[in-house]
Amino acid sequence: MSFDVSVILGALPAILSGLQITLGIWLASTAMGAVLGFVVAALRHFGPQPLALALRLAVEVLRGTPFLVQIFLLYFGGPFIGLSLDPVPAGLLGLSLYAAAYFSEIVRAGFAAVPRGHVEAAQCVGLSQAQIVRRILVPEMTMLVLPQAVNMAVILLKETAVLSIIAVPEATATISAIGSQQYAFVEALFLLAVIYWGLVEACGRAGQALECRLSKFRFA
Amino acid sequence: MTLPSSAIAIRGLCKSYGKAEVLHDIDLEIARGATTCLIGPSGSGKSTLLRCIAFLEEATRGTILINGQPLGFEEQPDGKRVRVPAHQIRRVRSGIGMVFQQFNLWPHMTALGNVTEALVTVNGLSRAEAEARGMAQLRRVGLEARARHYPSELSGGQQQRVAIARALALEPKILLFDEPTASLDPELTGEVLNVMRDLGADGMTMVVVTHEIGFAATVGRRIVFLDHGRVLLNGTPGELFAAPRHPRLTQFLETYLDRGAAMLLKPA
Repeated sequence: MSFDVSVILGALPAILSGLQITLGIWLASTAMGAVLGFVVAALRHFGPQPLALALRLAVEVLRGTPFLVQIFLLYFGGPFIGLSLDPVPAGLLGLSLYAAAYFSEIVRAGFAAVPRGHVEAAQCVGLSQAQIVRRILVPEMTMLVLPQAVNMAVILLKETAVLSIIAVPEATATISAIGSQQYAFVEALFLLAVIYWGLVEACGRAGQALECRLSKFRFA
Repeated sequence: MTLPSSAIAIRGLCKSYGKAEVLHDIDLEIARGATTCLIGPSGSGKSTLLRCIAFLEEATRGTILINGQPLGFEEQPDGKRVRVPAHQIRRVRSGIGMVFQQFNLWPHMTALGNVTEALVTVNGLSRAEAEARGMAQLRRVGLEARARHYPSELSGGQQQRVAIARALALEPKILLFDEPTASLDPELTGEVLNVMRDLGADGMTMVVVTHEIGFAATVGRRIVFLDHGRVLLNGTPGELFAAPRHPRLTQFLETYLDRGAAMLLKPA
């Protein structure tokens, strides 16, 4: 028995298609999660009390249960409440909601970290509440939460692998299937690990570069 | 309409946080076109009083008139205290500029961006017109050359001067300063105090909470000494600092080892 990755690489078109789906779901759910998370954090901060409580409960449930369980419940339990989704839309929705829960907490902490005085200075020159959010809080908060947001994106990239269990044809599902067919399961998972790690490194580097570029906009 | 003689008239002002009352029944008239310095030990309520005038804190009782206009709350003929409409609060507030101890510049905007922000966002000026006005204010504080720099690229003294330009951009009638040099290195306080001196000489109405007793004594037309949330003394520097001096003020000045205060103590 020998360790030979080339057996797997023979199925390159299938691997690339899996990668494409992984990247697509990752980027889309990160973007949707960030936007939704921002909305949730803003509503919890500025919205009416009952809504804030309901959102807090939702965030706690999503953060307090394994993503594996959530995606199972969404995909297999959804039809019981009239929500029958194909694997890709189900994966996209599930991962976006999961991401939104975490992003909302990141944004909430970001809002809280903007110095109170920066808001007071804005009040003193006559900015309205909405203008303060748009012109002061959001840009300052974005700078503050960038490292955690990049970290969250990395976690989400790895969580896309969980979607293989509801038969989303992403990288993990595709490559491990090829491995099984070729009797080269270890090689397949090794290749998979290298791919994920490479993507995570690239994402981290991009985040660092962005932080560097933005560093002059923030205080040390 | 003839303007009342005081720029700021404070009547029966009380401020409590829960059960703790930090300002007790303050009555104070602030003269127009002059610099008034609020001094006193920490916890005496001087910053809270200033923040009430800036409407960053809402007084629990009493009223504040800014050029005769009620700020935030109005006393009705029957003695009931009611909140004035929001647009009126904004209008009265727009005549007041505030400078903070921590500068509070917005880090994601350049010096010029900080100065022009309200001109564009609130007053609806075109960017070109706002920048022309902003540059004029930066010139006034001697920072024209730093217009495109971000706050993180400026020294503390420069940041505070930008903050003063930001407050000036809206052409306020009154400028409030909350310990403007307290977070600056000693060699940087001079440049900020000089800008404030120039403003005072130009006839700006200024209320300055400060620990710079030397500045208070030389630039302040009036000195208000607060102690335990009350106005203990209110007079010209000559009246307050000349002997015979109030024992509480002497005690306060003795805790100051800065040259300004030492200079005042010697002749007494």
